[in-house]
Amino acid sequence: MLELNSSNFDSSVLASSSLVLVDFWAPWCGPCKMMAPVVEELSAELPDVVFAKASVDDCPDLAQRYNVLSIPTFILVKGGQVIDQFSGAMGKEVLRARIEKHL
Amino acid sequence: MTESMIIIGGGPAGYTAAIYAARSDLKPLLIEGKMPGGQLTTTSEVENFPGFPKGVQGGELTSMMRAQADRFGTRFVSDEVISVDFSSQPLIVRTADGSYESQTVIIATGASATRLGIPSEQEYYGRGVSACATCDGFFFKGKKIAVVGGGDSAMEEATFLTRFAESVTVIVRKDELRASKIMQERAKANPKISFVWNSEVREVLGDGTRVTAIRLFNNKTNDIADLPIEGVFVAIGHKPSADAFKGQIELDEKGYIVTRPHSTQTNVEGVFAAGDVADPHYRQAITAAGSGCTAAIEAERFLSAREEN
Repeated sequence: MLELNSSNFDSSVLASSSLVLVDFWAPWCGPCKMMAPVVEELSAELPDVVFAKASVDDCPDLAQRYNVLSIPTFILVKGGQVIDQFSGAMGKEVLRARIEKHL
Repeated sequence: MTESMIIIGGGPAGYTAAIYAARSDLKPLLIEGKMPGGQLTTTSEVENFPGFPKGVQGGELTSMMRAQADRFGTRFVSDEVISVDFSSQPLIVRTADGSYESQTVIIATGASATRLGIPSEQEYYGRGVSACATCDGFFFKGKKIAVVGGGDSAMEEATFLTRFAESVTVIVRKDELRASKIMQERAKANPKISFVWNSEVREVLGDGTRVTAIRLFNNKTNDIADLPIEGVFVAIGHKPSADAFKGQIELDEKGYIVTRPHSTQTNVEGVFAAGDVADPHYRQAITAAGSGCTAAIEAERFLSAREEN
């Protein structure tokens, strides 16, 4: 899955023609670790969506840009615009439904 | 295929039950639920679980328990139980993806943090309102924040959050704390922590994007006052996770699963309950682990007695 940082964010996320899900996480966050396999599985099951992760440790500027105050936080980006943003761990089907709403 | 044992829940109770059951060759199936490891994964350091003189990270402790259960052959299912049918044998357990049958079930689903239950809390959840200090403390470096609660969880979170926050105000409903002595003393001795007594959060205030203050109600004077803070962490208690079993098993008036005295046996034959879902009194990782062991042994005796008949 795509690892984001300040230099590749704009080109991989904002300039993408696909729907992009960005997973803001950190290694010290239990619920984030729980979401990791869920996001991996969905990335295989939804090939039309670009799945990317951003560690708030490594890219705090990105976290700040998108008002991330809690992790895990997921943002959905289409055509360079954030069209949805939500926080907290959730089941696979709940996350899938949230993504598919925008497809 | 009918299992000998299904364990519902992946925390200290569930994993300990699995270790004992697997070693007794009961081939347990463990359905892990939404967040494997449970409440321990959102706590920071665990200092009071015996065997760790230097303490241990909550998530690490549960990982090790899981690995131990795995070592003896426990089968894990990564799914959540949504309903059950305990009306007859074999017992039926249903997840979103499948249905399972078993002779015995150990319910070890634990508990989850109680919310304030006000609309503004939901509105600002993840935008300044949090239930996970270890996850979100990072985002409040140098900020003023509040912790709501008067028990051990609230003291632990408040103390932990002083690593990041400029100040932590603890909002306590009564005029005293119910936390253990050591946790109270630690919090009171911390220069960054202050207390507001006899107060409840009426509303979470914000600018549309994030939290800017909380509106407090003093239940002794009836005064209302706004406290400007940028983050509020709710640590007011826990609610047992027993919704999937409503109507199928006896619950007490607070929603805890009822077990016979000094036992994990519930009102349904072959169904046992261990850990926080059945324990309103102690709610410790070690008491949960202990009851998981008891449940596995009681389930094994139940199965043996059955075989003899």
